[in-house]
Amino acid sequence: MTDHKAFMINKIVKTMAEAMAGVPDGAIVLIGGFGSIGQPNVLIDGLIEQGAKDLTVVANNSGVGHLGLAKLLETGHVRKIVCSFPRTANPVVFEKLWREGRIELEVVPQGTMSERMRAAGAGIPAFYTPTAVGTKLAEGKEEREIRGRKYLLEEALHGDVALIEAWEADRWGNLTYKSSARNFNPVMATAAKLTIVQTQHIVELGALDPEKIATPGIYVNRVLHVPYGEPTVT
Amino acid sequence: MNADVKEKVRTLPPCKPLSRVQIAERLARDIPEGWYVNLGIGAPLQVADYVPEEREVIFQSENGVLGMGPAPAPDKINRWLINAGKQYVTLRSGGSYMHHADSFALIRGSHLDLCVLGAFQVAENGDIANWATTTDNAPAVGGAMDLAAGTPRLWVLMEHLTKTGESRLVHRCTYPLTALGVVKRIYTNLAVIDVTDKGFAVREMVPGLTLEALQSVTDAPLRMANT
Repeated sequence: MTDHKAFMINKIVKTMAEAMAGVPDGAIVLIGGFGSIGQPNVLIDGLIEQGAKDLTVVANNSGVGHLGLAKLLETGHVRKIVCSFPRTANPVVFEKLWREGRIELEVVPQGTMSERMRAAGAGIPAFYTPTAVGTKLAEGKEEREIRGRKYLLEEALHGDVALIEAWEADRWGNLTYKSSARNFNPVMATAAKLTIVQTQHIVELGALDPEKIATPGIYVNRVLHVPYGEPTVT
Repeated sequence: MNADVKEKVRTLPPCKPLSRVQIAERLARDIPEGWYVNLGIGAPLQVADYVPEEREVIFQSENGVLGMGPAPAPDKINRWLINAGKQYVTLRSGGSYMHHADSFALIRGSHLDLCVLGAFQVAENGDIANWATTTDNAPAVGGAMDLAAGTPRLWVLMEHLTKTGESRLVHRCTYPLTALGVVKRIYTNLAVIDVTDKGFAVREMVPGLTLEALQSVTDAPLRMANT
């Protein structure tokens, strides 16, 4: 006879190994952040350590200097990056890889990238957008005229894994964010099968004002407490 | 690009061209209170500095900030708050944050009154090329195509000529396009020019410049606005 013991939902993990367990080779990894702000650099270090390879990374930019995402690219474990703006202040690692033909790049307009992931999380397989009509980025895409205006058909962008940076989290995985560090994080959190979060603060269940919860815990699988303080680069 | 055009040395007519800062100032003067405005990275971001403080213009930043304020004092930096150019900014009272899908829904859904972008070229039919040249390292587009496609009023802020003296105002863009037929007005270091269904129409020029002189450095027909 099944014994239905009461248990607590607790998505908080104690170690990076637990946070990263099971990330497969070949995974599509959605990584939050606009520049370095809101980018979960400690989780990225954890992914490097975990060693998954042949990855496709989805991120707005392509890394700064040799930290975080740039460090991940340097390992050679990333086969492809889906990105809106690989040209940032100091993209030395990406530029070199790209020039040497060692990484594939898919450039996607930032709004299209956002909406493709929103759609994925929302069960919408494809949608029309006016963005990029008549440009190089429209090549190979289906075009349709709706009410006298041309649109391109774009498909949902699903992730196997999402790496998220949050400000506060509780054991149900409810999340808040800080200022412009929010950016892609809430969208990506909904769009992946496995959503892993690094958070500055862990709070008691019920401490987060329900009016302020930006990502309900239903979208979140694992939360790691990473009180790293302030970002140093943008 | 045509080799003859490249060889031709274009010199500016004797007049007082505006500096980058002065173009931004001039454009800022034309933004009325109550408008919701997105400023593209580079020179357009400076426009925010020249809107008088008492005139409430609400700046949106593509990375999810509505009500963006000026740069913070060095001891008051919120290190999680940046603009599209990755510079630290502040949030005005009444400002709010949103995630990326909401930010671009706002942009694509035509809720902004104005977007100001830089450009490599603007064509007389309103086409804009501002994200790639033919000699790029890796292509990078950011939010430019969404902003251009979504915003009903797009103004461009740019130098009138390239570093090698070629006109940035053209009949048709030769650089990869950002969007078709979207530019409504151009502010350059020489003039303010409307883009109409009959092509470029000059609203004003810097002191000392004549229409003929301006035409000599512009690769598409110009007429005075209201003619």
